Order: sequence, then structure tokens, then C-alpha cells
Amino acid sequence: MAEAIDNKKAQSEKVPGPWVEAWRGFRKSKIALVGMGIVLFFIAMAIVGPFLVPEGINDQKLGERLLPPSAEYWFGTDDFGRDILSRIVYGARISLTVGFLAVIASAVIGSILGILAGYYGRWVDTIISRIFDIMLAFPSILLAIAVVAVLGPSLRNALIAIAIINVPNFGRLIRSKVLSIKEDEYITAARAIGMKNARILFSHILPNSMAPVIVQGTLAVATAIIEAAALGFLGLGAQAPAPEWGKMLADARTYLTTAPWTMIFPGLAIMLTVLGFNLMGDGLRDALDPRMKS
Amino acid sequence: MLNYAGRRLLQLIPVLLGMTFIVFLIIRAIPGDPAQVILGQQATEDAVRALREQLGLDDPWYIQYFEYLTGLFTGDLGESLRTSTPVADEIWPYLAATIELSVFAIIIAIIVGVNAGIISAWFQNSWFDYTAMVLALVGVSMPIFWLGLMNQWIFSIELGVLPTTGRENVRDPVDPITHFYVIDTIIQGNFDQLAVVFRHLILPGTALATIPMAIIARMTRSSMLEVMRSDYIRTARAKGMKMFLVVYKHALKNAIIPVLTIIGLQMGLLLGGAILTETIFGWPGIGRYIYDAIGFRDYPVIQSGILVVAFIFVMINLFVDLLYSFVDPRIKYD
Repeated sequence: MAEAIDNKKAQSEKVPGPWVEAWRGFRKSKIALVGMGIVLFFIAMAIVGPFLVPEGINDQKLGERLLPPSAEYWFGTDDFGRDILSRIVYGARISLTVGFLAVIASAVIGSILGILAGYYGRWVDTIISRIFDIMLAFPSILLAIAVVAVLGPSLRNALIAIAIINVPNFGRLIRSKVLSIKEDEYITAARAIGMKNARILFSHILPNSMAPVIVQGTLAVATAIIEAAALGFLGLGAQAPAPEWGKMLADARTYLTTAPWTMIFPGLAIMLTVLGFNLMGDGLRDALDPRMKS
Repeated sequence: MLNYAGRRLLQLIPVLLGMTFIVFLIIRAIPGDPAQVILGQQATEDAVRALREQLGLDDPWYIQYFEYLTGLFTGDLGESLRTSTPVADEIWPYLAATIELSVFAIIIAIIVGVNAGIISAWFQNSWFDYTAMVLALVGVSMPIFWLGLMNQWIFSIELGVLPTTGRENVRDPVDPITHFYVIDTIIQGNFDQLAVVFRHLILPGTALATIPMAIIARMTRSSMLEVMRSDYIRTARAKGMKMFLVVYKHALKNAIIPVLTIIGLQMGLLLGGAILTETIFGWPGIGRYIYDAIGFRDYPVIQSGILVVAFIFVMINLFVDLLYSFVDPRIKYD
């Protein structure tokens, strides 16, 4: 009798799903929460910020060139008399869009290639893995520069370049995950009941290899933002007058002696955003992938 | 071990071939007529035709690729369109400048990073540990081009203690022998110049060192923490050995292996970071060489510059892999 009651009790108590559990783990890490706070702040800034800032991004007031930070211009003005704060707020939109789009593109392409390589093995695996090896043989920023050198400098081409250089990271990750999953019993069972390859891949293997992709994706957004800013800084990414943070830094170099604030704030924005994604990624890794916990 | 080294070298062949193919594609992938794009819209038809011929653009691609490869084997890296000098002849000084900067940076990163990691692990949860790890977290997220500018602003412009750009005093240039200026000035016994060279290395070197330093510190700390909990460390401490010796003599030996992996990876990444650092500090290295070539659409230089850097990158990774087995005899290669 008592046993039956216990059983009922156990059934009525909800077993938390894997995502709820992951969130509980994530929530425990203060540093990860700080990271998420920073990221949410910048996302909010990218979405609503442009409606709140005092000045337009390209409002030139030549009489107010290179003014230091003040009550009117919190972050000062640049060489065209443009409000730096307003430009940084708009810049969040550019950096985050590039970061997310590039990472989504490389995660999707990388996952497809990784799944094909891991699931089908043999020559498919050999070809795909060798291509990844070759791409990883280049320092990533150099490969990005090469792609932009060919396609021509622009924000769109910088995004394409960043997406391309990140493909092998995701591809390898998924491939190794698929290799370990495909030997699991439930996959053998699925195959035994005659399930088609495509269905096994997309309804069993893919969802079960998502956790590391999410972790890697969060960290990759951080690198993608730095890479986009680096390309912008080198003049190979966003072009004037776009308020891209890296481009703003490049423009600020000329005024290092007279107006260092033109350099300090865009850089700070890049660093904080990247820090946010890195902290959040570390926290996610601990929560989603307990084996990697240090 | 030799067997393993040989196999790794063999595996490298397809990777290297693939690299040359990607680099080969750079010119061919330019949309439109590459010769026209390189020379600009005002170019005469004859000039375009001559360049097409020089680049071999009229042959089928596999013949072009084969010729490109045979050229590479004979040390032909193409000719710079800007200076009309063979790339192979002019690339060394740039390469040497980058290697000197990278080696300087990795030495700083290792010395500071490893020691910060050790002390953090030794005094876990102390204020030093917290400060070092927060700094390391910030360091990993640092855009080095911004850090470079901050360094320039603080140390050159505000404090005026270090030079802003370049690698030597232009009014008293170093007489190049190897093009590694530190070595050259030592060979010549010119220690005043050596000091100048060092002063020029500090800002770009520390900027470049920041990210690897942070990563090395974090890795050393976690690796040390793990080792410090093991039985043989407890034994060493129980027999009354000085803590300093326990940490630096016993624990470090085992904790350093994963750190070496990271150091190897960072060596390669430094080459990428060097491109940005060189642009900021006017450092006449290979990154700057490639970057300037992009501005001039000097495609042979872009091609060969990228190929040379990627080749070094691959070689460093191979070397690091092989080094492990020397450091840790427990690693077996089947």
C-alpha cells in the first residue's frame, strides 16, 4: 500500500527536462550570469538603443569636432563632430548581427558536413575531414583576410569570410559527437525497425549532438565579433560611414594624441561584448556538458 | 617515435597540397578578369594581356596549378607586381621581423602566464588568485588591436617612455645580418642598439602576448590544481619538503604537459595576431607585408605571404605534437 503511494508521488513529481536542468546548472555560476547580463544588455542596446540615443549616427557638426566627454556628449565626439555614444549604440547592431549571422551560417554548414562525415564515414568522411584539416592549417584571421582580399572589402564579405573560417570548428565537433552517438543502442534500434537514414540523422542524431554546438556557438560569437572588428580595423570590413566598432577604432588612430576618447570607447564596447559571450559560453559549457567541467 | 614522426610528415603532404591549392585559387577566384582587376580600369589592353600571360591565366587551370606547384618546388614564389622583385628575395626581412616579435611575445606569455597560473593554484582562492583570474578572463576577450592602441596612448604618448612604432631608431639603423635585430646587434657587440631594439619590442610584444598569456595562466592553474591533489605531492609535503620545491620541482613537471599543448596552439595563433599588431605598431613584418600588398592588389605577394605563414603554422603544430612525447614519455604513439 505504502509502496503504491510512493509510486504515485514519484509520478506526480515532474522530472526536469534536460534544458531545465541545464538552466539550473547555469544559474549556479555567478560569472556566467554576469556574462549573460552583459550579453542581454548589448542585445537590448542593439534593438532599442538607436531609438533612445540623442544624435543620429551621421549627424555631422563640424563646429563640434573632437570634443572630449561631457554632459552633452558622454563619450565625446569624433573628427566629424559625430556623437560617439550614438555611434557605439548603433554599432552594437552591426557587430551583433555579424556575430550571430556568421556563427549561425557556419554552425549550419559545419553541422551538415560534420553529420555527413560522421554518419556515412569512409570516403565522405575522408574528403570532408581533409578539407577541414586544410582550412585549419591556416591561421583563421589570415584565411579571412584572403577571402576578403578576393571578394573585395565590405561588411557583407567580412561576414562571409568569418562564416567560412568557422565552418571546420563546428564540423569537427559534430563529427566526433556523431561518431560516438551512432554506436548507441537507440540508433541501432532505430535502424533495426527500418528507420530511414535521413530520419535517424535529423530526429535522433542531430538533437542529441546540439549541446556542444550551443556551447561552441556562444564562444564563436565572441570570436566572430573580434574578427569582424579586426577586419573593419584593417579596412577590410565595414566601410565609412558605417559606425562599426573596428572601423571607428581605425579612424581614431589619427587622433590618438589629441582625442584618445575616440579610441577608448569603441574598444571598450568590443571588449565588453566579447567578455560577455565568453563568460556565458564558459557557464553554458559547465551546465550543458558536465564532462568538460574543470 | 621516429615511425610516428615519419607518418605525421606523410600525412602533412595532402594538407600542404591542399594549402597550395587554396592559395592558388586566390587569383583565380577574383570575379571578372583578374588581370584587369589587378591593373585597374585605365590599363591598356597590352598591359592586361601581358599580365595575363605572366600569371598564366590563359592556360587550363590544372596546367596553371601544376606550373605553380613546380615553381614552388624550385623556390619560385612569384614576382611582386609593385616592386618587380621576386617575392622569395624580398620576403626574409619581413619574416624575420615577425618571428622575432612572436618569439619575444611567447616568451613573455610563458614566463608571466605559467608563473601566474602556478601562484594562483598554490594560493587558491587568495586575492592574488582572484585578481589573476579576472585579469585572465578580461585578457582572453581583449581585442589586441585596441590593447595595442591603448599601450601606444599610455606608454608612448602620455608617459613618453617607449617608442610608438617601428623596430629600430631610423636615424641609427641596425646593420642587418640575420635580420633578427636582437641577434644582429649582439653579434656586432652594439649594446646601445640592442637596448633600442628591446625598447621597440616591448609594446607590440606585450600586446601580442596578452591573449596567450591569459590562456596559459588559466590552463596552468587548472592543471596545477589537479596535480597538487595527487598522492605523490602529499608524500613530498609529508616528508617536510619545502613548498616551493614541491610546487616547482614535482608538481610542475606533471602539470606542464597540457600547458604545452596550449602553448603550441598559441604559437600558431600568434602569427595571426601578429598581422594586427604589426599594422598598429608599424612593425615591418610579414603581416604588414601582406596587408600592404592587399592595398596595392599585389596578388603574388598576397598569395605567397599567406602560403609562407600557413606553412610555418603547420610546421609549428607538427613540432609541438612531436615535442609531447619527449616531455611525457607516457604518451604512446601506435
